[in-house]
Amino acid sequence: MIFTLNGKEVDYKGSLNARLLDVLRDEYRLTGVKCGCKEGECGSCSVIMDGLLINSCMVALGRAEGSTIVTIEGYSGMKRFAVLEKAYASVSAVQCGFCIPGMILASECILAKNPHPTEDEIRLGISGNLCRCTGYNSIVNAIRIAAEEGDGLW
Amino acid sequence: MDTISKSVIKIDHTPKVSGTAMYVADYSTEGVLFGKLLYSTKARARLVDVKVPVLPDGYLVVDKNDVPGENQVHIVLDDTPVFACETVEYIGEPILMVVGPDEKQVLAITNSIEVIYEDLPAVLNMRDSDVVFFNYEYGKGDIEKAFADSDNIYEEEFRTGRQEQVYLETQGMIAEPHDGRMTVHGSMQCPYYIHRAVAKALGYEPGRVQIIQDVTGGAFGGKEAFPSILAAQTAVAAHKAGKPVRVVFDRQEDMEFTSKRHPSLCHYKVAVKDGKVTAMDIDVIYDAGAYTTLSAVVLQRGIICSSGVYNIENLKVHGRAVKTNTVPSGAFRGFGGPQTFFAVEMMMEHVAGRLGIDSLTFKEKHIAREGDSTSTSGMYHFPVPLPDMINEVDKTCDFRRKYKEYSKPQTGRYRRGIGISLYFHGAGFTGSGERDYIKAVAKIHKTSDGIVHVLTANTDMGQGLLTTFTKIVAKELDLPFDRIIIENPDTDLVPDSGPTVASRSLMIVGELLRRASAELRAIWKDGEDQIIEEHFQEPDFLIPFTIENFHGDAYPTYAWAVAAVELEIDTLTGLANVLGTYGSFDVGTPIDMNIVVGQMEGGLMQGVGYASMEQIAADSKGRIRNNNLSDYIIPTSMDVTNLVALIHVEKYPQGPYGAKGAGELSVVGVPAAYIEAMEMAIGTRINHIPFSAEDTMKVLQEVQRK
Repeated sequence: MIFTLNGKEVDYKGSLNARLLDVLRDEYRLTGVKCGCKEGECGSCSVIMDGLLINSCMVALGRAEGSTIVTIEGYSGMKRFAVLEKAYASVSAVQCGFCIPGMILASECILAKNPHPTEDEIRLGISGNLCRCTGYNSIVNAIRIAAEEGDGLW
Repeated sequence: MDTISKSVIKIDHTPKVSGTAMYVADYSTEGVLFGKLLYSTKARARLVDVKVPVLPDGYLVVDKNDVPGENQVHIVLDDTPVFACETVEYIGEPILMVVGPDEKQVLAITNSIEVIYEDLPAVLNMRDSDVVFFNYEYGKGDIEKAFADSDNIYEEEFRTGRQEQVYLETQGMIAEPHDGRMTVHGSMQCPYYIHRAVAKALGYEPGRVQIIQDVTGGAFGGKEAFPSILAAQTAVAAHKAGKPVRVVFDRQEDMEFTSKRHPSLCHYKVAVKDGKVTAMDIDVIYDAGAYTTLSAVVLQRGIICSSGVYNIENLKVHGRAVKTNTVPSGAFRGFGGPQTFFAVEMMMEHVAGRLGIDSLTFKEKHIAREGDSTSTSGMYHFPVPLPDMINEVDKTCDFRRKYKEYSKPQTGRYRRGIGISLYFHGAGFTGSGERDYIKAVAKIHKTSDGIVHVLTANTDMGQGLLTTFTKIVAKELDLPFDRIIIENPDTDLVPDSGPTVASRSLMIVGELLRRASAELRAIWKDGEDQIIEEHFQEPDFLIPFTIENFHGDAYPTYAWAVAAVELEIDTLTGLANVLGTYGSFDVGTPIDMNIVVGQMEGGLMQGVGYASMEQIAADSKGRIRNNNLSDYIIPTSMDVTNLVALIHVEKYPQGPYGAKGAGELSVVGVPAAYIEAMEMAIGTRINHIPFSAEDTMKVLQEVQRK
C-alpha cells in the first residue's frame, strides 16, 4: 500500500487495520506524533492528511492509501513552520510541549484555510487539541502573531 | 519591570516545538520488554489465588515474591505495597506485572490471568470511614468565649470533588539493569524520591541506583509520588528479567489508577459579633483513598489554609484524612489548599449574604495585614497586597458595578453573575520541612573551558524551570546562555536539591543557584575547574514551626491572589458561558514574565474546570466510570476564552531577585469565584464543586416548581 509521508512515497506492507498513529510512531519512528488518549479526544496525535487536520489514532492504515500525510517531522522543515515556531517562542506558548506538535499542525490548517483568522476562528481551529498547561491564550496569540508575521506565506 | 523579568525564548522551546524532544514513550523499544500491570477488579478483597497460564518463552510474571528488597514503596509512611500482598484495597491495586517482548502478547497474557478473590466489605464514602490515617487539631484564642459572646452563629458544610490532573503525557518508566546497577528513566517530578523508592524495593545500596528524568509532558502534582510506585514496579521487573522493561500507561489506566485531588468535606461553624467574624470552628475531612501516600502533608496544608486570608482571632481546626477503598489521592496543584479555600471563601460569602452586606466589603474587613498572626500563630512578615490587587481586578473587569447590577433580580433566559475570591499559597514546604527533611543542595560546576554546568535535582515539567534557572545563573555570572548547560536531572550527576513540588524550586533552589553563582563570580579563575555547592539555610526571621501543635510560621512568605469570574447562564440548557476569568497574582518578582503569566493562565483554567466540569465519578462498586477524555471533560480553547492574568509584584527578600513560589497559586481560589458568580446568576446557595450544567438545571427546575 502506497502513500506519501512527509514528501516521500512509502510502500507500507503491514496490516491495513493498524492505527496510523502506531504505524507512524513504531514503524516510521516519527515520535513527534504523540499519543495522548487513543480515542480522538486530545489531538496530540494530529497529522495533516490530504490537507486536513486529523487524529491519527482514529485512522486505520487502509484509509491512508494514496494519501499525502504530513507530520511535525516533515512540517518542521518548511518556511511556514519557521514563522509559527518563532511566534510560539515569542509568547512562550510551549510549556510541557506534549500537545505542541499537534497544535502546530492545527495552526497550519487554520492559516491555510484562512490567512487572517479572527480570535474566534483560531479558537475553533484548535478546539480539538487539548492543552492542560497554558489556558490557550498564548497559543491563540502565537497563531495571531504568525498570521501577521507570515503575511503572504499562507 | 525588573530586567530579569524580561521574557526570553525558553531553552527547551526548539526540541519541543519541532517534535524532537524525547519523552519516555519515544525511546526505541528494541531489546526492551513491555510490561503490563494486572489490576485488582475488587475494591476490597482477600487474594485467594492467581491463576497464571503457562507462559511462552521469554515471558514472565512479576509479583510480590519477586521484590528483592522490601515490598513497600517509600513515599512517607511506606504503606503502599510494590505489588499487592494478602489483600487488595482498591480497584486498580497492582497485583502483578506481565513482561515480555511483544506488547500485544503481553496484553493477551494479562487478560487471561484469572484472579480468585474473597470479597471483603469495602468503604467507598469518606463519611462511612472509621480508619483515620491522620488526625490533627490546632487553634488559637478562646473559641468558647467567642461563640458565647457572638450575635449570630452560622454553620455550613462544603464538598469538593475528585479532580484528575490530566497531564497530556501519561505516566511511563523504563528500567534498565546494567553492571549490577539499575537505571530508571521516565516522566517524573522528583528523581530523588524515586531513587529512594527504587533502592528500597530492590534492596540495593543507593550507589547502585540511577534515576534520570526524561522530558516530562505535564505533571501538576500527579508525577510527585506516583512515579515512585511505577518506578519500583518496573525496576523489580527489570531486575527479575535481567533486561530493560518499559511501562507506559494508556489514558484509561492513567485516569483510573493514578492519584488525584483529595475529595473533601468541610464543616464550618462561624461566630459573628458586630458584623465581624470573631471565631471559626472548622472540621475538615479529606478522602485519602486506600493508602497514605502524601495525605499527611496535603491535609496539613489544607487545614493551615482553612481560615483563608483572614485574621480570625479565635480558631479551632480539626482535620482528618480517612481511608476509603478507592485509588489513593495525592498531590495536585494547590496541594490541599483549593479544598479549604473553596469552603472558607464560600462561607464568608454566605455569612455576608445573611448579614445583608456585599461580600467583597465583608471580606475586605477581615483581610490579614503585615504583622498580623497567621492561623498557626506565625506572622505575616511581609506586606499583604490584597487591597491593591482587588482594585486592579475591579478596574479590569468592572467588578463592583457588575456585582451591583447582577445582584438585582433577573428574569430573562440569560442571567449573569460575578464572583470574587481572595487567596494565598504558602511558598515552599509546610512548616520545618525544608530545614528538617529536604536540606536542599545545589551545585554549579565551571569546567576549565569556561562552561558552567547547573546541577540540581529539580525538574522542568513544562513550568519553565530550565529557563528560569538558566536566567538566574546567566544574570549573576553575566554570561550568555550558550555558556551555561542545564539538563534534565540524572541522580549520578546532581545533588539532592529536593523535589519539584510545593512551588519551592525557583524560590528555594533558584536562590541557592543565585548565591552559588555570585560566589563563583567572586572567585572566577579562567582555565580552572571550579565547583560551588550551596546548602539551604532557614531564614532567621521565622517563628519556628512545630507540627505537634501546628504553632509557628507554616511558610516563610505567601504568594497572593485575587480571582474573579463572570458568567452567563442559559436557563434553557443550564450551560454556563464563562464571560471572563480575571486574576491578579503576586508571586514576587517574575523571573520570566511570559512564563509566570502562562502559569497563572493555566491555573485559572484548571480552576474553572475544577469548579464546573471535572469530576471523577465511581459506581456503587467503586469502579471509576469516566476513565477517558470523552467522559472526563477538561476545558478546551472554546470554554475559557477571556482569561486575564495581571501580575502584582511584592518582592520577597529571601527569594532570587525577590521571587516567591508561583506554580500552584493560580488554581487555588478560582472555584469560589466561579460558584459565587453561579449563585448570583441562578439565585441559590451552592455548597459543592463541581457544579455542572446538570446541577444548574436541577436548581432551575426547583425554582420553576415553586
